Amino acid sequence: MSKITYIETSGKTHVIEVANGLSVMEGAVQNDIPGIDADCGGAMACATCHVYVKEEWLDKLPNKEDGEEDMLDMAYEPSKFSRLSCQLTVSDELEGLVVKLPEKQS
Amino acid sequence: MIDTDVLVIGAGPVGLFCVHQLGIIGLKCEVVDNLDKRGGQCIELYPDKPIFDIPAVPECTGEELTNNLIEQIKPFKTNFHLNDRVEEIKKNNHNWLIKTIKGKEFKASSIIIAGGVGSFEPRKFSVKECEKFEGKEILYSVKDKSIFKDKTVSIFGGGDSALDWTIELSKNSKVQLIHRRDEFRGVQSSVNKVKQLEKQGKVEILTQYQLSSLKGENKIKSMEIKHDDGSIKKIETNYVLGFFGLIMKLGPIANWGLNLDKKNIPVNTENFETNHKGIFAIGDICTYPGKVKLILSGFHEGALAARGCFKYAKPDEKLRFEFSTTSKSIHERLGVKK
Repeated sequence: MSKITYIETSGKTHVIEVANGLSVMEGAVQNDIPGIDADCGGAMACATCHVYVKEEWLDKLPNKEDGEEDMLDMAYEPSKFSRLSCQLTVSDELEGLVVKLPEKQS
Repeated sequence: MIDTDVLVIGAGPVGLFCVHQLGIIGLKCEVVDNLDKRGGQCIELYPDKPIFDIPAVPECTGEELTNNLIEQIKPFKTNFHLNDRVEEIKKNNHNWLIKTIKGKEFKASSIIIAGGVGSFEPRKFSVKECEKFEGKEILYSVKDKSIFKDKTVSIFGGGDSALDWTIELSKNSKVQLIHRRDEFRGVQSSVNKVKQLEKQGKVEILTQYQLSSLKGENKIKSMEIKHDDGSIKKIETNYVLGFFGLIMKLGPIANWGLNLDKKNIPVNTENFETNHKGIFAIGDICTYPGKVKLILSGFHEGALAARGCFKYAKPDEKLRFEFSTTSKSIHERLGVKK
């Protein structure tokens, strides 16, 4: 289990214990956190699980695979802090990760 | 008015196989899909990606799966109404009356919704002021390229659509290609071509920029784009084209009085009927305890929903279960030669 913090645009914060091995996206969907749609179910095919990673986490996360940056072109207001949460696998290294949710996903 | 037994909404893999199952038991159907081609997510989102969990098919791509399903349903000569979307449904005695956005009308005793996560729509600009120009000077697809002749066109995006239209429109228009990062994800030959056009002064490429604001009353007067470093650039433009891919929206299905659980339609697992008699939901769009969003689950759901339609289409007949290996009537429907 690792502690992941999801912050909605309103500032509402959800701190969730997510089982290692699940994705940050699955942690949100299974806990009914609004703001992550994940339409394609984690196939890296839709960019509706887009999150902004807190700056200090940017370098600690595994690098993006090729397709992720391409998919982020289609996300709602992407920035250099953008990641697809379906591509972030929860592990001990991610303990304490903070992600902000975009205003909307589409 | 087209009279049929079953209207299938969605031509993805699950909708296509359901056509097969309807055909095998002798029911007629018509299929409506919002995309311009068959295959749904398989063809739109991952035509080249391999799929490894179709029973008896160790590996195939989304496109191969689609083509095989189309081949499998050929004997039934089903009509597909592509580029169209079901807007309204209405109960009329024992039938459903169905109307599409293009004005086509159907009468069917059952409806099978195989709508995936909804219909595909273009992703739009996030800037609020864009709304009032959409469909006029802000476009997400090109229907008539002659309107751009001798105008300034700002194209946003980094994929093949953005690159292809940049190349095409640069012949007769002043084109700016604007993208949020330096890399383009379109095919390399198009990227090279666009860079060559830039060298020749025929195209301006602006990267690490995103749209930040628009000004104008009835017409776009000017547009501002913002660089990653925060600086703002003002641009004069006549048309703005956005190519950010497609998203899926549930759309009108949400207005038909069906029970919804988030974006899914709850069904029973006996025949995948919804809370409305004669309306069934299969594939990614349906939900029930234990639901798994696999194509193979959708095939099963389609087989049972097709049989569920039988009693509405032929209330005086009894459906006999038959195997495709031995049934004469199934062989006839498939056109199998002895």
